[in-house]
Amino acid sequence: MSTIETQAAEDAVRKQRRRNFSPGKIAAWAVMIAFLIVSLFPFYWMLRTALSTTRSLPSDPTSLLPVDFTWGAFQRVLGLGTQEQAIAEGGSGASVNFFLYLRNSVFYAGAVTLGQVFFCSMAAYAFARLRWPGRNVVFGLFLGALLVPPIFTGLPNFILIKNLGLLNTLPGMILPSFLMTPFAIFFLRQFFLGINREVEESAAIDGAGPWRTFFRIILPMSTAPITTLAILTFIGTWNDYFWPFLVGNTEQAKVLTVALGVFRSQTPAGSPDWAGLMAATLLTALPVLILFFAFARRIIDSIGYSGSK
Amino acid sequence: MSTNTAQTTAGTARKATKSANRSSAGRSELKTALVFIAPALLGFLVFYLYPTLRGFYFSLTQYNLLGSPKFIGIDNFVKLGKDPLFWNALGVTIEYVLLNIGFQTVIALLLAVLMQRLTQSTLLRGALLLPWLISNVIAAMLWFWLLDYQIGLVNQAMEWMGLGKIAFFADEFWAIPTIAFVNVWRHMGYTALLIYAGMQTIPKYVYEAASIDGSSEWNSFWRMTLPLLRPVLAMILVITVTGSFQVFDTVAVTTRGGPVNVTRVIQYYIVQKAFGEGQFGYASAISVVLFVILAVMAAAQLRLLRAGESDLA
Repeated sequence: MSTIETQAAEDAVRKQRRRNFSPGKIAAWAVMIAFLIVSLFPFYWMLRTALSTTRSLPSDPTSLLPVDFTWGAFQRVLGLGTQEQAIAEGGSGASVNFFLYLRNSVFYAGAVTLGQVFFCSMAAYAFARLRWPGRNVVFGLFLGALLVPPIFTGLPNFILIKNLGLLNTLPGMILPSFLMTPFAIFFLRQFFLGINREVEESAAIDGAGPWRTFFRIILPMSTAPITTLAILTFIGTWNDYFWPFLVGNTEQAKVLTVALGVFRSQTPAGSPDWAGLMAATLLTALPVLILFFAFARRIIDSIGYSGSK
Repeated sequence: MSTNTAQTTAGTARKATKSANRSSAGRSELKTALVFIAPALLGFLVFYLYPTLRGFYFSLTQYNLLGSPKFIGIDNFVKLGKDPLFWNALGVTIEYVLLNIGFQTVIALLLAVLMQRLTQSTLLRGALLLPWLISNVIAAMLWFWLLDYQIGLVNQAMEWMGLGKIAFFADEFWAIPTIAFVNVWRHMGYTALLIYAGMQTIPKYVYEAASIDGSSEWNSFWRMTLPLLRPVLAMILVITVTGSFQVFDTVAVTTRGGPVNVTRVIQYYIVQKAFGEGQFGYASAISVVLFVILAVMAAAQLRLLRAGESDLA
């Protein structure tokens, strides 16, 4: 009955839309394209600068192409070139332990992701499926932790890590978010609640205990949300600055973001080594960008989910 | 009809066996649950609950990180009230939050509406999201370079247009707007996607009805989209305002609180007091104030925007 009416309505809307394809729509596209340029162009400029010679940059600051093209900046950051070459191109000549920072970043983000996703899915299962007294109270408490700003727990956690003798070590950096974050538990619990109980019930009839149900049914059925959570956690931890800055500030413990912050001040008082700096930022951003290009749709869709529900 | 009854009977039977199972297995489920939540519970107790309580305690002590904390009652808070740098930090932070959230929300709303009306393209959404994926530190570095006074692209372009140069990060007036801008740039696409997701919950027929009634796009936006989005916007505002109040990374890698004190935002001041000057108790007191401000703001926002109710129902 309503199909025809809906059809008519849709036609009307379409006609309206088509009629609107005029100044309004063109202006709308113009605005959209302007924002796209604002979003994307800085990335190009990062690359353009990283492929330039720092010393030559002032001679042509608006050139769209690299000024005095060279791979020197990347070589400097990766510690491949010679010191003379670095200084000649406008670098500081100081050595940068890029691979050490990279290793630290990989360990930090990797370990936090693995631990958090695994332990939080266990907890989420207990909250979504098992029946036990106090379940809702504990879940409420966990969610309450979302309200506490990171700086507030950051100061006492610093003392704790210091007293444990883990200051400036990777374990000290990893530990506080290794076991849980409220968001991860909340996120996974939502998905586990949506899994059809019938499958589990038939497994239970076949004699599967909660462990087998968890590992054989719940986890395999939730690979999509778990992967999404893992990607988001990895990117978030990789980009983390505040906590690693507090507890990992020695040369041995620095992650890339913290090292970058220092890279700027390493250059002598004059003008910074812009090409080197941009090459370093680009290399630091690269793993995240690769992850994004590989899982773009999943990441984009997850934002709607975590935001609106 | 009869199949339905059969199913219901089967369902009741299953429920009966299940509840029978449950009463006998009730105790063992608690045991299992404890094992399942043990790691997360440990993490919660040690790294969330304990430091939260300890944070409140530290705020009542004098503590320089070396000895043990000495209880001094509310002295820190009294001192706080008379500390011009604290009030400066608070003012600077509020200025930052207003600029950051104001521009970010308006731009994100505009982008969300444009996405809704123009295209569903994932590629486009991905492109707008790109700045959000890189860290604060990288976004700050990148703009530090683009906005460089001497040879930064933006200043070159402004000079070419005859506007004159601005020392964005080093200018007392422009420093906070510049930092706000960098974070608007990083977050606008992300916030737009959150709003866009919220828009998908508005049923299509609402727009279609309006369109048939001859309501203009502009009217539909103000009369329908915005009111219907209110619960989503309220949640987004709580999240973004809370995050915005804790601005730190951008300041730490660019201006470091300067010039003079114009970018010494509250979290930067806390870190400086705690680690730069060894006044850990005092720093904790400031973070208690920050915590209270955030909690009150979140509650007020949710109430003002009546986040729980939807006009659709």
